[in-house]
Formats: sequence, structure tokens, C-alpha cells
Amino acid sequence: MTEILAGRLTQPSGAPRGSRGWRRSASNLGVVFALVTLALIMVAALAPQLLTTGQPNDVAPGDAFQGPSPEHFFGTDESGRDVYTRVVFGAGNSLLIGVAATVVGLSLALLLGALGGLGNRLGDFVSTRIVEVMFALPGLLLALVFIAIAGPGVVTSTVAVGLSTAPGYARIIRSQLRSVRNAGYVEAATVLGHSRLRITLQHILPGALSPIFVLATLGVGQAIVWASSLGFLGLGVAPPAAEWGAMLSSGRTYIDVAWWLTVFPGLAIVATAASFTVLGRALNARTRQEVGK
Amino acid sequence: MTDSSDISTDRRTSTPAKRIRTLGWLLRRIGGGVFVLWMVATVIFFALRLIPGDPIDAILGGPGSQASAEAVEKIRLDYGLDQNLIVQYFLAMAKLAVADFGTSYALKIPVAPYVLTQLWSTLVLTIAALLVAWIFALGLTLATSGRGRLARAVGSGLELVAAAVPHFWLASLLIIVLSNTLHWLPPISVAGPLGLVLPVLTLALPLTGFLGQVMRESLINAYEQPFVLSARARGESEWGVRLRHVLRHAALPGISLSGWAFGSLLSGAVVVETIFARPGLGRTLLSAVSIRDIPVVTAVALLSALTFILMTIATDVVDRIVDPRLTKVSEQ
Repeated sequence: MTEILAGRLTQPSGAPRGSRGWRRSASNLGVVFALVTLALIMVAALAPQLLTTGQPNDVAPGDAFQGPSPEHFFGTDESGRDVYTRVVFGAGNSLLIGVAATVVGLSLALLLGALGGLGNRLGDFVSTRIVEVMFALPGLLLALVFIAIAGPGVVTSTVAVGLSTAPGYARIIRSQLRSVRNAGYVEAATVLGHSRLRITLQHILPGALSPIFVLATLGVGQAIVWASSLGFLGLGVAPPAAEWGAMLSSGRTYIDVAWWLTVFPGLAIVATAASFTVLGRALNARTRQEVGK
Repeated sequence: MTDSSDISTDRRTSTPAKRIRTLGWLLRRIGGGVFVLWMVATVIFFALRLIPGDPIDAILGGPGSQASAEAVEKIRLDYGLDQNLIVQYFLAMAKLAVADFGTSYALKIPVAPYVLTQLWSTLVLTIAALLVAWIFALGLTLATSGRGRLARAVGSGLELVAAAVPHFWLASLLIIVLSNTLHWLPPISVAGPLGLVLPVLTLALPLTGFLGQVMRESLINAYEQPFVLSARARGESEWGVRLRHVLRHAALPGISLSGWAFGSLLSGAVVVETIFARPGLGRTLLSAVSIRDIPVVTAVALLSALTFILMTIATDVVDRIVDPRLTKVSEQ
């Protein structure tokens, strides 16, 4: 994933000229879809009552395991809870974890990346080695060990996801800072005799950090998928709470009798992740255009 | 990759100086790899000691065990847990340096052979998934790249969705569709190739999405290169151009991505092995962390770090073979 991101951010777009038109219209349609999806998810996260009249933990044992119907769009679960309502209420949890995890990962990566991209040779050496070690440890191993140390929960799984995404970001930020540091306008500022601090703050950071906004957008979708995987393994949000990964985890027990418990929360995850990806790419394409090739 | 000369016509000339340079490059990579392994072992050592609770509990089979004080003391001495943490660290590193992974706390059997059998099962899964993903991705990009807009839109749409699908959900969907509804395949992993189909598909499909996305981008790039025009001008057929020139160009980022994917497939394997009740490194890791079986976790961590390092070096080597331009510019 990170290699893809790196490639996308550094390589200039190379679409054949003749096909630009259709590509743009096709991707515009995708962006519109993504924006609508994300708007819906934002509404679900901020004001779930606008989309549903029920409560996520209203049990109705008599109504257990009902398939999708006009009353229950996504069916009901083993306690007769409405799956649609739970998916709507789950948006807040999943989105919060995704955004917070990305912030954690990026902050850590900024520290490491700045050490490598702006520091001297020693700083670069240290930061590169740390990132290499983090890469060599599988992301899930980092997350599992961290959860074992801090105990399962929302905060822990958020930090765990952030931790395992940090090395990828750090590598990109470092190379970004390096390339900007060698850019012509920075050289010009040095020749003009500006102080190092001023050059860093005024020229290097703004130039290098604009792609980070794009990275963050792309990262939120991935972080949501990651966090839901932890939830699925029973290491995330505690069961009664409505969170997509946790819902899938409990739905797995009933996979033979109630497919809707698995299909709908998963669709929510995929729709969210894919929308963030589409949006992130559109932003990336725009940034590139503004910078000029 | 600023040089855009045609890699398929740029033949290598092997001179002694070049060979020595390549050897030096390889040695530096291996040295770096050993250092990373040592650091991984260090991080894992201290991180596992931070987990709350006494490691003695893991050896005795959980905090509920009614072991006598003498028994606890004896185990503490046997496992060297009475010593200072720093002493323990250096002893552990010395053992790891000669590939002595110790005995599992929970299973009381030597860790190395146990983890190696688990590794085999995960390797089969991972390699099969990587192969399937490459076949799918190549087929998808080659079939849709030169065609009309609809084919391209469908292709990239499929890739986008495939890359966004979480493993655990895909696995459940495949079970629902292929085994519960169509009854084509067994829902959990059974011995033999048939039981491998669902786990492999689960790992391969998202990877196909990633590979496809990267390869499509470089494929489109390649079509714009002057060497494609000159190949066409020489009168090569459309498929000749695609296979001999464009594909070689497009495969490069795919190869780099494969090294990364191979290393990260362990994370996917944890989920897939849990769902399909398949033995393997992922499930071993999950249970070893939860019962705090320090030797097993250490071995799995080192093994996957080693795999990752070897794969990165291997993909770099393959990169240099497929793209000889790299041998000229990579020494920065």
C-alpha cells in the first residue's frame, strides 16, 4: 500500500492525452459517488437519529434472525436488534477510530520523517533504521503486542492501528522532505542568505507537507479496515457497542443462518474505505495539477 | 527512473568492476538485514516483558494454576527469569544468535521445529495467493488496458473495490456464496488442494486489486514511451508490443509491490487462518501473544522479519535483472 502511495505521489500522471476526457468524466462520477457516501456516513456519525428511529441496543428477542424486510432493511441479529440501526450508529465509532488512528500514525511518522528528511546524516540514519525495523515487524504483530500491553479497548486499538501504519507514512514524508530540500527555490532562498529555520518553516515544510493531506485521506479508509479487523479478532471495541468490525465478529457465529449479519456491516466498511480512496486520489490529482508538472 | 530508454533493448555488459559493485551492494543489504533482525529481536524482547503479569503464569498454564511456591521458584531458576533484565536480554540475544529459540512456555516443546511446520502451511498459502494474484492482475490489466473506455472503467472499478475489501469480510462472503449457497467448497479448510481454494482466494483478491492498480498506471505510462512508438514503427504486432515491451515496463512496480505484499501477507494470514481454522503462523502468533508464550512470539516475529528482509532483497535483485538501468543509478 505504502509503495503504491509513494509511487502515486512522486510520479507525474501519465495518462494518454487522447483519453483524458473520458477519464476525467469517469473519475468525476466516482468522486461524486464517494462524496455522497461520505456525506451519508458523516450524517450517520454526527446525527444517527436523522437516519433511523430506533436505538442500537434495543433488543426484541421475539424478532431474532429476521431477514431483510421493509421494517428491518438489513434484518435483525440474534437478540432481535435492528442491523440497519446498528450499522448507522456504528459509523461514529468506526469513523472516529479511523480518523484518530490516522492522526496518531501521521504524527509519529512526521517525527520520524522530519528527523530523516531535515536532520543531519546521523538523524537520517537513525530514522531510516527505525522505519526499517517497524516495516520488518508485521503490522498486526505490532498491534497485537501493543494491545497485550495496554489491554483491549477503543483507545488501544486506535493507537495500535496508528502505530502499524506509521512506517509507511514516515518513508513517504522523508523522501518528500528530501526532494523539496533539494528543490531550486530552496537553493535560491539559501543563496539569498535566509536563516535555516526560516527556510525550513517558510519553504520546505509547506512544500513537502501538502501531500500529507492526501495521504491522510487515503489512510483513513485503510485505518477503518484495519481497526475493523482488530474488532473482528475480538481485540477492539467491546461487544455490545455498535462497531462494524465487532458486529461482523459476532455475526460470524451465525453465518450459516443469517447472511445479512455479515453482508451489511461489511458493505459499510468497503463503501467507506473505497470512498476515502477515491477522494484521496482526486485530491492527489488536483494537487499535482496545481503544482504543475 | 528518469531515464526512459527501452529496457528490453538495453543489454547488459558484465564487466568485473560491475560485478564487484553488485557484490558490494548485496553485502551491504545483507549486513543491513542482520542489523534489522537484531533490532526486531530487541524490540520484541522488551515489549513482551511490558505485558502485565508474570511470565511464570504462562509457563504454569495461566494465573489460575495452584502451583506451590517452591515449584514457582524452581521454574523461575530453570528459565533464568530470576536474573536481572539486562542479563536476561544478553543471554536471550546470545541464544538467538546461534538460532536457539528455546522451548515453548505453553506447549513445552522446542520452538524452532514447531514454528517451522507452521511456517510451511502459511508459506503454501501465501505463495499460492501471490501467484493467483499475479495471474488475475496481469489478465485484468492486459485485457482492459488497450481497450475502450468501458473496459478500462470496469477494470479499475473492480481493482478499487478489491483493494478496499477487508480479508475477514471477503472470507465470510466467499463462505456464504461458494459453500453455503452453491455448496461447491467446504466452509473450513480441509486437507488437500480443495481446502486451499477459499483461503487463497481470500488473500489473493485484495492483492489483485493493489497489483492491478499499480500495473495499470505504469502500463498506461509505458504506452506513451518513445520505444513503444519505435517498436510499432518496426512493424511489431499489437500483442508483440504489449508482451515484449509494455508488460516488462509495467511489471516493475508490481515486483516491488510483491515483496511488500509477501511480508504483509502474514497479517492477512492471521485473519484467514482464524476464519478457516487452518494451521499456520498467523494463528500461532495470535494464540501465542494472548497466552504470552514469549519464545514462540519471538520466533514468529524473527521469522516474519527475516522473510520480509529476504523478500525485499530478492525483489531488488529481480528489479535489477528486469531493469538493468537500476544498476547504473541505484548507487545513491
